[in-house]
Amino acid sequence: MSIPREAIVLDRTQETPGIFTLRLALADRAAQARYRFAPGQFNMLHAFGVGAAPISIMSDPDDHAAIGHTIRIQGRVTTALAALRPGDRLGLRGPFGRGWPMAGLAGRDVLVVTGGLGCAPVVSVIHYLMRRRAAIGRLVIIQGVKHADDLLWRAQYEAWAAVPGTQVLLAASVGGAAWPWHVGPVTDLIDAAQFAPDDALAMMCGPEGMMQAAANRLLQRGVSAPRLFLSMERNMQCAEGRCGHCQLGNWFVCRDGPVFAWPAVAAWLAQRGF
Amino acid sequence: MDSTAAGFAFLFMPTTGLDLLVAALRTRGWRVAGAVEAGGAIALRELADGAALARGLQAEQAPGRYRMTRDPLDRYFAWTTGPQAVKPLTFAPSEALWRVSRDAAGRLDFQPIDPLPPQLALIGVRACDLAALALQAAHFKDDPHFARRREALFLVAVQCAHAASTCFCASTGDGPTPQTGFDLTLVELPEGFLVAAGSARGAAVLADLPLAPASAAQHAAAARQAEATRAQQTRRLPAGDLRGGLLAALAHEEWARVAERCLACGNCTAVCPTCFCHAEEDTPDVGGRTSEHVRQWDSCFAEGHGHLHGFNVRPDIRSRYRQWLVHKLATWHDQYGRSGCVGCGRCIAWCPVGIDLTETAARVVAEAGA
Repeated sequence: MSIPREAIVLDRTQETPGIFTLRLALADRAAQARYRFAPGQFNMLHAFGVGAAPISIMSDPDDHAAIGHTIRIQGRVTTALAALRPGDRLGLRGPFGRGWPMAGLAGRDVLVVTGGLGCAPVVSVIHYLMRRRAAIGRLVIIQGVKHADDLLWRAQYEAWAAVPGTQVLLAASVGGAAWPWHVGPVTDLIDAAQFAPDDALAMMCGPEGMMQAAANRLLQRGVSAPRLFLSMERNMQCAEGRCGHCQLGNWFVCRDGPVFAWPAVAAWLAQRGF
Repeated sequence: MDSTAAGFAFLFMPTTGLDLLVAALRTRGWRVAGAVEAGGAIALRELADGAALARGLQAEQAPGRYRMTRDPLDRYFAWTTGPQAVKPLTFAPSEALWRVSRDAAGRLDFQPIDPLPPQLALIGVRACDLAALALQAAHFKDDPHFARRREALFLVAVQCAHAASTCFCASTGDGPTPQTGFDLTLVELPEGFLVAAGSARGAAVLADLPLAPASAAQHAAAARQAEATRAQQTRRLPAGDLRGGLLAALAHEEWARVAERCLACGNCTAVCPTCFCHAEEDTPDVGGRTSEHVRQWDSCFAEGHGHLHGFNVRPDIRSRYRQWLVHKLATWHDQYGRSGCVGCGRCIAWCPVGIDLTETAARVVAEAGA
C-alpha cells in the first residue's frame, strides 16, 4: 500500500476534443530528479476527492524533468484530470508494473503495433528507440485508429517515417478525405510490414481483439510467440496486486504486467470472461 | 493423520481454568473476544469486562441454511463456524488508508492513517480460519494496515469437536486440528481442556496458570476427537489435480447451469475467509478540504468488478461465478502455491440458493475428465 506523492501539472496539451496530455513533475524536486520508469509502466493518478486511474507513461524515459501522460476522457477520474491546468496539483503513485522488454531489442527488427489510443503506452518506447536507432534493426510502426480524425501526433508519425530503416503504416477503419493511408483493419498492415520474422520482436497495444488478430497474423508470418508482447488493460484500483480487480487468470495485470509475452496470456484471451 | 497427539505436548487445564485464562489475558492487556449469538448466528465479539465465555452454543448448517441450536453437552466450543471469524479484524470491511488535505493554494498533503486496532485476544479460532489467515497474510504481505491489525491479535485456537454438514476441511488438509499460526490452542474434553502454546507470548500466558502435563490418555482422547470430527465430514473437494481439471474445463456447460441459480449476491465472497478483493474510493469531506482514501470489501460477483472503460470483462453471471471458483481452486495455486479454499463451508451455508462449490467443482472436473 503506497501513498500518493504530490505532483504539479507543468503543462497541458489538448490533443483532440476528448484526449489531452499532461506533463507532470513531482512537487519534491529531489524525488522528481530520482524518478525513473521503464517504457510500458504506468502511474496511478489521483484527482483530489474524486479517485484514481491507471495511466501509461508516454514520455521519454530519459527525460527526468517531467512525466508525461496522454489521457482519454472516459469517466469521473479522467474528467477531473482533464480539468487540471498548469500549476494544479494531483496525487501520483508509481511507476507500477513491468514494461516492455527493452533488453531484448538489440540487433532485432522491432514492430510496434497499436490500435486506438493504444499508441500512448508505446510512444515512450518509440522515443526511446529513436534515440538508440542504431542499436536495433528495422523499426516498423503500425498504428490503427477507428476513424481518420482519431489519429494523434500525425506530424510525429510523418517524422518517424522519414528516419532510415523505419516503416510507418497507418490504417483507419473509417477513412476520410484527408486520409492518404490504408482504410481497413490494422491487421491488414502486417502483411505490408518489411522485417525478418525469425528474429523480430513485436510490441502490441490496443483493444484485445485487435491484439489477438495481430498476434495471430504475426505468428503466421513466422514471428516466435515468446517475442510477441502485449500491454493488457484491466480494472485497476490499487496497482499493487492487492485489490484483485485486474486479475487475468493467474496474473495480476498491475504487477505481473501490464506487458506480457504472448504465451503467458494467450490461453486466457482465448476465453471470454477473464 | 494423528497430528494432535504427535504435534503438541499439551498441558491439562480444568474447565474452571478457562476463566483464569481469560483473566490472565486481560491482566496482560488484551481485551477478550469469544463466541456469542448475534443476529441468529455465531460471532466472535468482545466480551464485557468480567464476562465469561458462553457455553452450549451450536449451529446447524446446510446449503443455504444456518440455524442456532443448543449443544446438549453444554460445551464451550461445540459450535463450528459463524459467518465471520478473523478476516474482518485483519482485513477490515472498510478502512481509510490515507488522507489528503488541500490548502488554500491548492497544495496537497498526503498522510498515512494508522488503523489503531485494539489489542484483542480471540478465543475459539478454528483450523480453517488459521489456514485462511495464513493465505490472507501471504496476499497482504507488506501491507502496513494488515500487519498492524494482525500484530494486535492474540489467537486462541480450538480443535473442532464437531463438523457441520457444510465442513470439508479434512479434504483441503486444513483441519480439524489447528497446526500453526496461533498463540494458544485448546482441545475441549469432557473433564476440561488440553492447552498448548504456539508462540512465545502464548507460552508466557500459560506460565501464569497452574497447569500440569496432560496424560497419555488425554492426548489419545484429543486425537480421537480429531478423527471423529474428520470422519463426520461428508463433503469434499474432488481429489487429484483439481487445478488442471478446472483449467481444462473453462468452457464446460456446468458454468452456465450454475449461473442459472446464482444470484451474484456476493454472500459467498463476503463470508469466504480468503477472498481479498476490495474497492478503493475517495471520500471527501463536505468542506472539500480533506479527502480520505478508503478500501472496502468488493466481490468478483459485483457488476463493476470487471468494469473497464467502455466494456465489462465479465458481463454475465456465468463468467463471474467461473472467475470466483477458478480463482479459488485453480489459479490461487499459481499465485500463492496452494488452493485458496480452506474447507470452512461458509460459502455453502450462506448462499441464499444453496449452491455448493464442492458439487460444482466435482461436476466440472468429473464430466470434463470423462
